[in-house]
Amino acid sequence: MAAHLPSAPADDFVIDVAGVTKRFGDKTVVNGINLQVRRGEIYGFLGPNGSGKTTFIRMLCGLLTPDAGTGTCLGYDVRTQQAEIKRHVGYMTQKFSYYEDLSIRENLDFIARIYAIPDRATVVEKSLERLGLQNRSHQLAGQLSGGWKQRLALAACLIHAPQLLLLDEPTAGVDPKARREFWDHIHQLTADGLTVLITTHYMDEAERCHRLAYLAYGNLLTRGTLDEVLTAAKLSTWTVVGPNLRVLADQLRRQPGIEQVVAFGTTLHVSGRDAIQLEARIAQIRTPAHQWTRVRSGLEDVFISLMDDAQDNFS
Amino acid sequence: MNPPRFTFHRFWAIVLKEFIQMKRDRVTFGMMIGIPLMQLIIFGFAINADPKHLPAAIRSADQGPFARTLIVALKNSGYFNLVREAPTESEAQRLLQLGDVQFIINIPEDFSRRLLRGERPTVLIEADATDPAAVGPAVSATRALAESVFNRDLPGPLSRLRAKPGPVDFRIHAHYNPENITQYNIVPGLMGVVLTMTMVVITALAITRERERGTMENLLATPVRPFEVMTGKILPYIAVGYVQVTLILLAAHFIFHVPMVGSFMLLYGVSLFFIAANLAMGITFSTLAKNQLQAVQMAFFFFLPSILLSGFMFPFRGMPEWAQWIGTCLPNTHFLRIARGILLKGNGIAEIIPELWPLLLFLTVAMTIGVKRYRQTLD
Repeated sequence: MAAHLPSAPADDFVIDVAGVTKRFGDKTVVNGINLQVRRGEIYGFLGPNGSGKTTFIRMLCGLLTPDAGTGTCLGYDVRTQQAEIKRHVGYMTQKFSYYEDLSIRENLDFIARIYAIPDRATVVEKSLERLGLQNRSHQLAGQLSGGWKQRLALAACLIHAPQLLLLDEPTAGVDPKARREFWDHIHQLTADGLTVLITTHYMDEAERCHRLAYLAYGNLLTRGTLDEVLTAAKLSTWTVVGPNLRVLADQLRRQPGIEQVVAFGTTLHVSGRDAIQLEARIAQIRTPAHQWTRVRSGLEDVFISLMDDAQDNFS
Repeated sequence: MNPPRFTFHRFWAIVLKEFIQMKRDRVTFGMMIGIPLMQLIIFGFAINADPKHLPAAIRSADQGPFARTLIVALKNSGYFNLVREAPTESEAQRLLQLGDVQFIINIPEDFSRRLLRGERPTVLIEADATDPAAVGPAVSATRALAESVFNRDLPGPLSRLRAKPGPVDFRIHAHYNPENITQYNIVPGLMGVVLTMTMVVITALAITRERERGTMENLLATPVRPFEVMTGKILPYIAVGYVQVTLILLAAHFIFHVPMVGSFMLLYGVSLFFIAANLAMGITFSTLAKNQLQAVQMAFFFFLPSILLSGFMFPFRGMPEWAQWIGTCLPNTHFLRIARGILLKGNGIAEIIPELWPLLLFLTVAMTIGVKRYRQTLD
């Protein structure tokens, strides 16, 4: 097959899994997920808490064995070649999981020893330098603020020069400036050929990904580029500006065909999947006091709509 | 498939990390050195299975020379401290009831007269026997006393009143600890107790802590293998165990003057298996415990029988059979016998084999369960 498509050979997929499933007891946490991630891509993984994102990532990095499904990660079988995968993947856990009673340097040195990195001292020094940690290298990791901890964790999971980075909510609890710097850094790394799979709850971060996937209750609901996801959702959204928005919002919520009414400061976002019905409803309620504008649906609108839908399927 | 291979560099990375963490964790470090010291002081200085100078009251109705001889002899035995005289029976009973005295020695009024008549007068010794261990040695010392106390006071024709030797002459030759010094028994035994107490808790904590703080997940995501983590975590604590053993042996020699007749090399060598057995037990607990608190609680369940049923505190053969069975399953029981055997009796490898193999068996079983369960911790 690769011969027919020289521009996109099969091995260009860093992650290529099909039907990956994981059950804990009788609960299916990850339900038959198919996913392909290309080399050099930043792949955003979104979904509500408990949707199976972390479990899926753990299966990719060899911590958990899938109950069903097949696939490869960096060309290694996710079911049998976990040791190889671990050697070439960098995994940053959701919770800071380096040693708080070790200094920054000791943490990096420890990880470098585990991976048997040649010329360890230089590598650790360079890693400290690259992340601007050299002045703090003797500080205990436990005394660092959230942003610095995140830098340390990133430095540590990059120390063995992995080809794939799996980041589980790396920016939770980190201030906007540090988040911006973090993303700049990630983009820089992917420019050098690293592939990144990242989970996040932030929409601005989702928009910085090359491709997105949305997961809810263990099911992959949508995936693709930002535009593909937005188009596939077929969601129409209007904004309203004017007086007494709260009263209007209550009125709108009662209407069939209107799925979401969300306040954004002085603006209401009103969305529905049936564009014609939505427009008809709005036309009934519309008064000159309010200014109605049709806008492009945002990612958040789309995701909330997807999530509501998924819940409906479950009940 | 890549076979699980042990690599030294990963093992060593864990070892170094554990040492750094040990150095930073002052409280745990203090516990590792503090517990042996505290136990040495408590068990070494405070506990005495052969208590002497016990308070006693005299109620003597006889002022004759034989009564006086008896009182002096009781005092000289070292077991009695004749703190007061009780003029009446009720006064004497009150003293016993209040716990002011442990014994009342009642000498009847016609004691000297009846003795001379050869009527074997009765001396009633009433003891507060709530604690049998406290009165036992004093009582048996009194029995021995009766045989010889009046020999000097009964010269010439009176010598017929002297105690007659029994038909059999029992010669008791107390080997290894002829003076019956409690410390000789306790201090070598302390090695086992201290190691059981600290080693189990420390490993249980060291691994549960990784899980509790979330660092285990990170560790498992690296190529490090479970066996490397386990051995890497065990090695630093083996070193700590040896520091404790050395500390106790130094105290045994320089402070308590415990005789050390056997081979130190042998004792140090056997200690390795005992330390490892306890560490393996700690690892097994850590795989069962959800958090550090639970790990400590579980360690207590192991520690209590280890101290009470191993023969450390109470004579092993004095226990009912079921208790001896439990004791036999505990590594401390066997290590105690080995340590006492090597130090006091000068046992060699041949003599300790019967105690060594149960120790090795325990180590193998605990290690197998530990590794097996540890592997399943995440999946």
